[in-house]
Amino acid sequence: MFITKILRDDLGGKIFLSLLAAVIVLVPLFNLLVPASSLFHLPTYTVTLFGKYLSYALLALAVDLVWGYCGILTLGHGAFFALGGYAMSMYLMRQIGGRGVYGNPVLPDFMVFLDWKELPWYWHGFDEFWFAMIMVVLVPGLLAYIFGWLAFRSRVTGVYLSIITQAMTYALLLAFFRNEMGFGGNNGLTDFKDILGFNLQSDSVRVIIFMISAFALAAGYLACRFVVSSKLGRVVIALRDTESRTRFIGYKVELFKLWIFVFSAVMAGIAGALYVPQVGIINPGEFSPLNSIELVIWVAVGGRCTLYGAVVGAVLVNFGKSFFTAALPEVWLFALGALFILVTLFLPYGLVGLLRRKRRAV
Amino acid sequence: MKKKRSVRISCLLAKLFSLVIFISSASFADSQISQEIKTGSEAIAHEEVASTFENLVNQFKEGDFNQKMEVINQITLLKDKRARLVFQSLLNDRLFYSKDVSQRVYSGETTPNGYRMIDVTTGQVIGEVNQDSVTKIKINNRLRKMLRTSLAQLDMTVKDPDIRLKAVKSIGNDLNEDTVKFLRTVLPLETDNEVRTAIKASLAMVDLHADDLKVRLDAIKSLSVTMDSEYNTELKKLVDKDSAGNYLEQDQRIIEAATNAIKKIESRVSFYEHLQTLFFGLSLGSVLVLAAIGLAITFGVMGVINMAHGELIMLGAYTTYVVQLLMPNHIDISLFIAIPAAFAVSGLFGILIERGVIRFLYGRPLETLLATFGISLVLQQLVRTVFSPLNRSVTTPSWMSGSLEINSVLTLTLNRLYIVGFTLLVFLILLAVLKKTRLGLEVRAVSQNRAMAKAMGIKTEWVDAMTFGLGSGIAGVAGVALSQLTNVGPNLGQTYIIDSFMVVVFGGVGNLWGAMISGLSLGLANKFLEPYAGAVLAKILVLIFIILFIQKRPRGLFPQKGRAAEG
Amino acid sequence: MALLTKARDLMRRDKAFEFSVPEPVHDSALDTTHGPILYLEDISVSFDGFRALNKLNLYIDDGELRCIIGANGAGKTTMMDVITGKTKPDTGAVFFGQKIDLLKLDEPAIAQAGICRKFQKPTVFEQLPVFNNLELAMRTDKRVWSTLFAQLTGEQNDFIHETLETIGLKELIYQEAGSLSHGQKQWLEIGMLLMQQPKVLLVDEPVAGMTHQETERTAELLLALEGKHSVVVVEHDMEFVRSIARKVTVLHEGSVLAEGSMNEVQNNARVIEVYLGG
Repeated sequence: MFITKILRDDLGGKIFLSLLAAVIVLVPLFNLLVPASSLFHLPTYTVTLFGKYLSYALLALAVDLVWGYCGILTLGHGAFFALGGYAMSMYLMRQIGGRGVYGNPVLPDFMVFLDWKELPWYWHGFDEFWFAMIMVVLVPGLLAYIFGWLAFRSRVTGVYLSIITQAMTYALLLAFFRNEMGFGGNNGLTDFKDILGFNLQSDSVRVIIFMISAFALAAGYLACRFVVSSKLGRVVIALRDTESRTRFIGYKVELFKLWIFVFSAVMAGIAGALYVPQVGIINPGEFSPLNSIELVIWVAVGGRCTLYGAVVGAVLVNFGKSFFTAALPEVWLFALGALFILVTLFLPYGLVGLLRRKRRAV
Repeated sequence: MKKKRSVRISCLLAKLFSLVIFISSASFADSQISQEIKTGSEAIAHEEVASTFENLVNQFKEGDFNQKMEVINQITLLKDKRARLVFQSLLNDRLFYSKDVSQRVYSGETTPNGYRMIDVTTGQVIGEVNQDSVTKIKINNRLRKMLRTSLAQLDMTVKDPDIRLKAVKSIGNDLNEDTVKFLRTVLPLETDNEVRTAIKASLAMVDLHADDLKVRLDAIKSLSVTMDSEYNTELKKLVDKDSAGNYLEQDQRIIEAATNAIKKIESRVSFYEHLQTLFFGLSLGSVLVLAAIGLAITFGVMGVINMAHGELIMLGAYTTYVVQLLMPNHIDISLFIAIPAAFAVSGLFGILIERGVIRFLYGRPLETLLATFGISLVLQQLVRTVFSPLNRSVTTPSWMSGSLEINSVLTLTLNRLYIVGFTLLVFLILLAVLKKTRLGLEVRAVSQNRAMAKAMGIKTEWVDAMTFGLGSGIAGVAGVALSQLTNVGPNLGQTYIIDSFMVVVFGGVGNLWGAMISGLSLGLANKFLEPYAGAVLAKILVLIFIILFIQKRPRGLFPQKGRAAEG
Repeated sequence: MALLTKARDLMRRDKAFEFSVPEPVHDSALDTTHGPILYLEDISVSFDGFRALNKLNLYIDDGELRCIIGANGAGKTTMMDVITGKTKPDTGAVFFGQKIDLLKLDEPAIAQAGICRKFQKPTVFEQLPVFNNLELAMRTDKRVWSTLFAQLTGEQNDFIHETLETIGLKELIYQEAGSLSHGQKQWLEIGMLLMQQPKVLLVDEPVAGMTHQETERTAELLLALEGKHSVVVVEHDMEFVRSIARKVTVLHEGSVLAEGSMNEVQNNARVIEVYLGG
């Protein structure tokens, strides 16, 4: 009931969610039930790859919410994604227990390697799944809250805001590279064994994580759609276009921005937490400003301010990336660069916008 | 202030000399030799002397010790700088001649398999030889004594006080009866203050342990004006305590004098260390300014966010590389060609970017940001494809290498010093261009009121292109400077882009002075934090500081004022 | 014992802690018993040494329609900026009623207290339909969470439609505001002010760029507001001012040059000197 109400005027969303539902049903079918010899068998590798795309899509939704709807061009959303990922991988790290290379029952391998004697205080609690899940939401949310509160209250806008978000993720990148931080430094966290007692490498667990990602994406989509079609969504669009007007009719603009920013950061964090078990590693590279800027281009390619456009963009660009980096690694950066330029010049509304225009023409 | 210039040499020679330094402990004279060997024309001029030198060296092979003494005397009289290597090798039992027909004389270094041979007349490394294939030239203690004095004399008679200083220091490392005696004889003859101080300090190391109280106090006094750590260590020994906490030294006056001297030395050292940090800070600051100042024009004056700015810097650096490739024999003047070339290359690329992309996006800063970021990716990959993804090394011209050694603590590397000056120069030229030229006037007019400027008949499109070209050209020039400091690689630009933006944002958009001051202060802040926090943490702290600063003053240190800035 | 009394005092049922007492700046506190609803006293503002306002004194009565005229740079817009909280004055006091100190409030709080402003250049939410423009402006709880779950009540819906009628945009209800004509945008913006049910409307050049008919309709609209709301109109168009004004204030170089009816002002020796003689 609730869902149909949210999707009332959202044709794109209906199509997207139906497709997603189909994927949720078909992927496990083709992976687990169809025998490996069959032509229709979906290798687990592909399932995991798709799962990765889905977590990227969730991240893209988060970016579309702040950029497309709220007009805040964030060049640091990768930081929230990575923080969520780190929180998740700290849990996975603790689950390794004594099975690490050094066999230390408490300390992860890299700490033994650094000759640390005990677990740093901020690693405590991460052996509990629920605690890690709270952190996945809390850490990015808190960072976004503090950062946003400072930035929006003093009315840092536009390009300045973009640049300081970039500075934020850059500072985190440098910090996480340090071994002293206790997050594995350069190498990051990897070698995960199991999650909630299930082997992370097994096909069924991978398929389940894939399905969870798909559900999370669907939930994220619905939540975003609910937000943007509420009155709050309209206020946010209003303040994107005419901030002073919004302020002069009595909305505390900074609080609205902050709400959206934190909400989106939390979504990014969850996306990061889904990403890590599927990819099996997280390292400080996730914080690199390049990654964060790339997110924006996913949204731009798909079409900003549509939500499903962000999903389309994330999946397409990453598919292209997987394809090119495997087949023609030299071409990938050319292609990505050209994509940035062409999309901003010729496709201000992205691919979805292109389809829409055609439909209107018909 | 004296100038030291070690000479740029090929990788192989550099390795060789570091080893020779190890043996001879007097590096400078060695590099002097190499210079003579390297510059062919000089070698020809010295041909006659050289052949005499060669003959004399060959005489070491035969004859008894007395004859060898005579040869040493003669070589000393020649005042050939290559004599050092010969003497040192001889002194260290490392002078050989080969058993084959050539019977040439070599200096050798011990390696696991034998000796690495260096031709003493040409300075060339011959290669490794077996122990059995060479014969050592033998000497006795009398000869050794004589060699030492000769070596020091050789150096102490040189006109350049720097060489004398080095000689004193090398003798100071090897104090014995002979050398002390020698130092005492040259002290009254010495005219250069610094060398005198050094001689006194070396002598003081001995006098410190003399019996006479006055001599010891004088020695402490001589040491208190130095800064070398070895003197400090020696002084500290005087105030050592035994396990019961009692001074080992009996005389209270000595302890007092030594404590004061240590304090004096340490405060002086810390002062110069601060000066050194200041210099590092200024040099990092000017690199930041140089990288950011083009951005201050494109971003500050035009309001265009050019994420490809870093790549324009990179293009400038690669231009330097290419220029050096094209004129490998004129490295010393290559930079003077590279600067205008880099300006032209980056400037043209800038104009291309402006005409091709940015002009369609005026008034949409966020889109501009994305599109130019795309350009930066393309340029990076372009460079990777054309030049390879590996770093390219750009040669530093000889006049830029080396350092200005003020004292043992404070050393100013020449390349950084030049870059500080270069930054100032670029800055002043830029100011002049914006304030005094027609283009500058039009740029300012367009940036303040585009519509009005257009109405006044200014070709705004042309001004846009020129301004962007100017900013990009400056980026290219910055690239030339950076190529002298870091590796030239496809990622060069990315390293600087965030820092550049920080500088511009911190300084206040649209303000060249702001960029200058903020760049320098960020550089200084970074370097002064480093000793306490480490390089990475210092950088993080500076970033956090800027983020917080922007909250307090969203328009930077020097904001544009008035109504125009509102809205 | 003393501790116990203190504890008892703390536990008293009617005890209200200071932090839990809301700041009394809302509508109920608006006190206009002395006549004026807006007090501007001794206001000075300078930008970079340029004095935009110079010891300006201005009182607006409750329910009054006041026109403010003056040359460019006389400080009209700056005055509005000060009232609405966009610019903080260097000196002086701004009171809304007798109790609300506007200098302590930010823009949204001032708007919620009941002072609304129309900009010189019409600013509406161009990406949103006319209906939603009005909906957003409507006087209601404008905090974040209540906005997220807000549902239009029938009463509110009717109010929007009434306002649409007033501003004559009933047919364009679902049209994006960006596609409206200049005059229609001006009206929509006035409509948005009405939706906020303000006590004071500050209207900056409402008829700039309007046709003759549109100007007349705007005059009617503003006149209809008189009595219910205090309206301050800044305008260049003298004919328009004459058609609506009861009382006119002339600003010159940041302070009040003359005040009175249109005729009085036009015959004022100083006004003539400044505008005609100068």
